[in-house]
Amino acid sequence: MRRVVVTGLGLVTPLATGVEETWTRLLAGQSGADKIKQFDTSRVITDYACEVKHGDGSDGTFNPDDWCDAKERRKIDNFILFGLAAAQQAVHDAGWMPEDEEDRLRTGVMIGSGIGGLRSIEETTLMMAEKGPRRVSPFFIPGALINLISGQVSIRYGFKGPNHAVVTACSTGAHAIGDATRLIKYGDADVMVAGGAEAAICEIGIAGFNACKALSTKRSDDPRAASRPYDADRDGFVMGEGAGVVVLEEYEHAKARGAKIYAEVAGYGLSGDAYHITAPSEDGDGGFRSMMAAVKDAGVEPGDIDYINAHGTSTMADVIELAAVERLLGNAAATATMSSTKSMTGHLLGAAGAIEAIFSILAIRDQVAPPTINLDTPATDTPIDLAPNAKREREVNVALSNSFGFGGTNASVIFRKV
Amino acid sequence: MSDVADRVKKIVVEHLGVEEGKVVENASFIDDLGADSLDTVELVMAFEEEFGIEIPDDAAETIQTFGDAVKFISDAA
Repeated sequence: MRRVVVTGLGLVTPLATGVEETWTRLLAGQSGADKIKQFDTSRVITDYACEVKHGDGSDGTFNPDDWCDAKERRKIDNFILFGLAAAQQAVHDAGWMPEDEEDRLRTGVMIGSGIGGLRSIEETTLMMAEKGPRRVSPFFIPGALINLISGQVSIRYGFKGPNHAVVTACSTGAHAIGDATRLIKYGDADVMVAGGAEAAICEIGIAGFNACKALSTKRSDDPRAASRPYDADRDGFVMGEGAGVVVLEEYEHAKARGAKIYAEVAGYGLSGDAYHITAPSEDGDGGFRSMMAAVKDAGVEPGDIDYINAHGTSTMADVIELAAVERLLGNAAATATMSSTKSMTGHLLGAAGAIEAIFSILAIRDQVAPPTINLDTPATDTPIDLAPNAKREREVNVALSNSFGFGGTNASVIFRKV
Repeated sequence: MSDVADRVKKIVVEHLGVEEGKVVENASFIDDLGADSLDTVELVMAFEEEFGIEIPDDAAETIQTFGDAVKFISDAA
């Protein structure tokens, strides 16, 4: 069986733009939450979120000009812009910008999104109500479609292999990395650029998640304390935005060109809850089966898992996942560290699984587990170390990243040190 | 240059991201100014918005150059 490794990383997160810039802030336990700046929040319940910080590009700020020229930018929603920025970082990091036609034919793209161009849909609808359908831009549809990140990246770099996009709500990023790995294993491609992007912090996005009772609402006076997975005082997730993209590569292909190898994608598991449109089943069985499938695929024992990057959204479902992980680890629970980096980044929905896969990979690279911040009063006792409010310098050879989405869709990806 | 020509030129420069000097009488939006078919649709919409006119699809197809646009709009306004 062909093995697949990670050779490039790219991040746009509420903490910073750039992999090292984000990682440094994450290990330091910083929060990306603040009052929402990109729209007038006077009509919605939640007025805070984890937004990407715009600036001149220095000190981890996001400068749109660095990633896409102004003329092209008018034609795409922000989720595509974030995806392009993360993909550019990943492709450059991997040093994979082939000019050779055969190499391009063997390189594909699979970058998804949970919701896609929600803000473009909102703005275009409002404009149409006022001015009529003749004013709808010809770039509205191609600027809002989820698979257009994959399309744009393929056009930019000439990648002519499989061109695909995952849409599985908050599991999108994990599914994209897992499915792209399978495409390489199956021989459809030698290299895949994979991940997820999201930019749904707009009035209709916040209003919609508020209506689902999914968002934190109580911390307007202190947004940085709002995302608090496993804490007794948690009251919902904090919306994030951004993108995570990795370059996946067949192992021999990567070795032959002397590529830097971060980790191996060792295992991938998927499952469905068949239970409820927004809530996980109380017994956590869907998440458990997803993790078990990944463990089996990786050929490891549950006790081999050193670090788990939890789905942990800061909702009631946190303890359901925690119980499922305890069930998975059994007697080994006391030796594993599990953290929710959403305590710092917020919940990036379709990008969450991708950025968290990257954090899991960096945990292996640097032998450190990032913290769960705002975990002051644990909601429940557990033998698992949740790394409350401080990173853990520890051995990390095997890391598991969980993502669970609306509709009852679960994905688990296991990375292993090479 | 007429007021119409100035306003059309400004729209073309903004939408196509080209230098003002390239937007000359015979400059073709597609062949000389880098537009694709979707860009030309958006340009026509921008002309309609700016000048408060309606440009039917069959007329829009005849607007290939900067000069075509200025002439059509001057006649229609």
